[in-house]
Amino acid sequence: MKGITSYGVYLPRLRLGKQAMAEANAWFDASLKGLAKGERSICNWDEDTITMAVEATTDCLSALTEARVSSLKLASTTLPFLDRQNSVVIAEALSLDRTISTMDCSASQRAATSALINCLESNRNGNQLLVASEHRRTKAGSRAEMLWGDAAAAVAIGDDDVIAQCLGVATHAVDFIDHYRGDGADFDYDWEERWIRDEGFMKIVPTVVESVLDDAGVAAADIKHFILPTDQARTPAALAKRLGINAEAIVDNQIASVGVAGAAQPLLLLAKALESATAGDTILLLGFGQGCDAILLRATDKLAQCKPRLGLSSALMRRREETNYNKFLSFNNLVERDIGKRGEADKQTYLSGYNRRKDLLTSFLGGKCRECGTVQIPREKYCVNPECNALDSQDVYSFASQQGTVLTWTADRLTFDWSPPAYFGMVEFDGGGKLMMDFTEVEEGSIDSGSRVSVHFRIRQFDPQRGFRKYFWKAIVED
Amino acid sequence: MASGIKDKVVILGMGCSKFGERWDASPSDLMVEAFEECLADAGVERNQIEAAWFGAGIDAFNVGSSAMPLSIALRLNYIPVTKVENMCATGTEAFRGAVYAVASGACDIALALGVEKLKDTGYGGLPQRSRGVENDMYWPNLSAPGAFAQLASGYRAKHKVNKDDLKRAMAHVSVKSHANGAKNPKAHLQREITEEQAINAPFIAEPIGLFDCCGVSDGSACAIVTTPEIAKSLGKENLVAVKALQLAVSNGTESSHASWDGSYLKTTRIASQRAYDEAGIRKPKDEITMTEVHDCFSITELVTMEDLQLAEEGAGVKDVLDGTFDAEGSNPCQIDGGLKCFGHPIGASGLRMLYENYLQLQGRAGSRQLSDPKMGLNHNLGGFPHQNICSISIVGPYG
Repeated sequence: MKGITSYGVYLPRLRLGKQAMAEANAWFDASLKGLAKGERSICNWDEDTITMAVEATTDCLSALTEARVSSLKLASTTLPFLDRQNSVVIAEALSLDRTISTMDCSASQRAATSALINCLESNRNGNQLLVASEHRRTKAGSRAEMLWGDAAAAVAIGDDDVIAQCLGVATHAVDFIDHYRGDGADFDYDWEERWIRDEGFMKIVPTVVESVLDDAGVAAADIKHFILPTDQARTPAALAKRLGINAEAIVDNQIASVGVAGAAQPLLLLAKALESATAGDTILLLGFGQGCDAILLRATDKLAQCKPRLGLSSALMRRREETNYNKFLSFNNLVERDIGKRGEADKQTYLSGYNRRKDLLTSFLGGKCRECGTVQIPREKYCVNPECNALDSQDVYSFASQQGTVLTWTADRLTFDWSPPAYFGMVEFDGGGKLMMDFTEVEEGSIDSGSRVSVHFRIRQFDPQRGFRKYFWKAIVED
Repeated sequence: MASGIKDKVVILGMGCSKFGERWDASPSDLMVEAFEECLADAGVERNQIEAAWFGAGIDAFNVGSSAMPLSIALRLNYIPVTKVENMCATGTEAFRGAVYAVASGACDIALALGVEKLKDTGYGGLPQRSRGVENDMYWPNLSAPGAFAQLASGYRAKHKVNKDDLKRAMAHVSVKSHANGAKNPKAHLQREITEEQAINAPFIAEPIGLFDCCGVSDGSACAIVTTPEIAKSLGKENLVAVKALQLAVSNGTESSHASWDGSYLKTTRIASQRAYDEAGIRKPKDEITMTEVHDCFSITELVTMEDLQLAEEGAGVKDVLDGTFDAEGSNPCQIDGGLKCFGHPIGASGLRMLYENYLQLQGRAGSRQLSDPKMGLNHNLGGFPHQNICSISIVGPYG
């Protein structure tokens, strides 16, 4: 059977302090104070499931030795589009080959583990990419709001240079409704925690775990990394004890640092386990939701060489503290903010025009002139070099992984922005070319002419009137 | 080789409405106000106008498209009227159309009128609007101050100017224009300010603060032009002639090619040099005695002084602080208050600048009259530092 060949993660930089969240809501529900430990990751206004998935997949690709990709699956229960394959947007943002297979997997907290099993059992050649990304909306003042976080993680699955060999998989499918989100609903509806633990986790999980361990001939006590994604703090330990898995093997759900990232949680914790695992370690990965998936993996000696550019430990450290709960409400559209008349301007996307410019907008491709070598973006018919101006002379040139330097900038407090001030300016790219572009994740005082930047796929604008959002690339000042 | 426009066309009359928050005035009201003054000044009848050029900048918040709004407002006699739009250079574009028509001999008397009704948006500043289907997909939502703040950062980086020094010079630009505007009864803003006020005002787009921004106003201005011969035959004296009319439009080099560093306005350098050549001006600093430049923001004026060769490159901060461009300085700039205080109804601004130069050259500028004006330069800049349209017109005594 195939195995994992690479992994990558993405955590939004913003981390909302849970103390601030509890303080804002304790007047209504004093029990929230008991959950006010640490922080959780929150998407910036211009991040969503797709943008985080692009980042996590990029991270995964950074450590992939065999670059040939044959498929891309996206697992999420918070897909920005219900009918527009979200994984294709990611594939185009990554400039993946158009012949790859793409698929969105959804509707369950085990969407990612089910997709992973599918990839592991597939006969497809080359690396299959699987990215799980989640940006869950929760009601203000809910326990879920305190316990969950936004994140994405990706793995590659293939036959060559495997870092974690698959020893076996098992699934137990049962319509146990611990929570659900019906058609048209904004939020999940859930049932009592104790019932979910006793009748759900404690009854369903052992069946599937015992099945996968028996088939593989692996003893529970030999599991070095036990991954049970859940926002129930004590359940993994209770299950480990019941199953005979050592307590030290439990991979922490990071409730106090990231929050539970829904369908992305299994892959996020798998990345965490892979970061600390050594060759020979056995990893048991579970996905719970309408039953349970179990995937048994064993780390190989190739694991040590697999170093994603970001990785989870770096992602955890690359953080910016946010204490403004109100901002979180606004970013998640949980409060009707007065955005001012400038925000009222029509944001319609003209799809035929969008389609023409997709190379630029989604893939961030510019041009390089064959006549004079000038690199430029956008790629227009005539070369921009005043000494050249050749017609149709440019080869496609990617800016997506380019770094650059800030030439000019400002913090604009007049124009409309979801998180004012709007930072933007002229970026000169190292390999040539320059563009007036938005900056995101700017900390006041951290930007000036000469600052170094990298570029990232982000939401450029929402069109709430028509339920559309458009994406483009923005610059982020390097730490 | 083309002989240029110098001394081929003169201004027969001009008019300018009061600029400001003209809540009760429609675009037609503003046009008529400017036109009535202009007609009386020119001493001709409406039916003697043979062709007209109509400038209006932002269609969505103004009169709508086409030249009909002008023809209807002024009840023109079914003459050819052309609508022009070229961002903040629109007023000068209208003037250019009328001047070229007269110079070509296609007509004897032509009208140029610009109008803008900006105070129907419901908020301060220029309207948030589309930049076009494709541009809207990837351009930042840049406001005008946000775009011109880029110039400040580019200038500061290039010339290694201290943030505070640049801000003080920017403040001086605005203090000067407010002092000038206070003497102009038609100006939108007629109140003096202090350097301290300008420096301490809240940022609109760092480092541009509230007092670094020009007024956003309603207003209209117009000119009637003819040949020197016809003007003389109508008994006109002290003729003010067009010496140069130039335009330079960005072709994407600044925004996409490494040759531009963001510290200056390439189009202004090109258009002004062409205008100096057309007008036969060798030493701009000595020969241009007054300027009305596009001070949409204080930093734009400061950098423009260098681009027009009225200050050495990199010496703008010092020259501004030395008072070179103050009313009493060697090269007064914005003697009418400029965009800063006279106001900036986009389509009218280029003609408003000409109006001031025209009054000054005829000695009719009242309490702000300069002692011995000889050659006036007008400069408009439409768009953003990295992508813009620059118009330059130079006027002076005929002959």
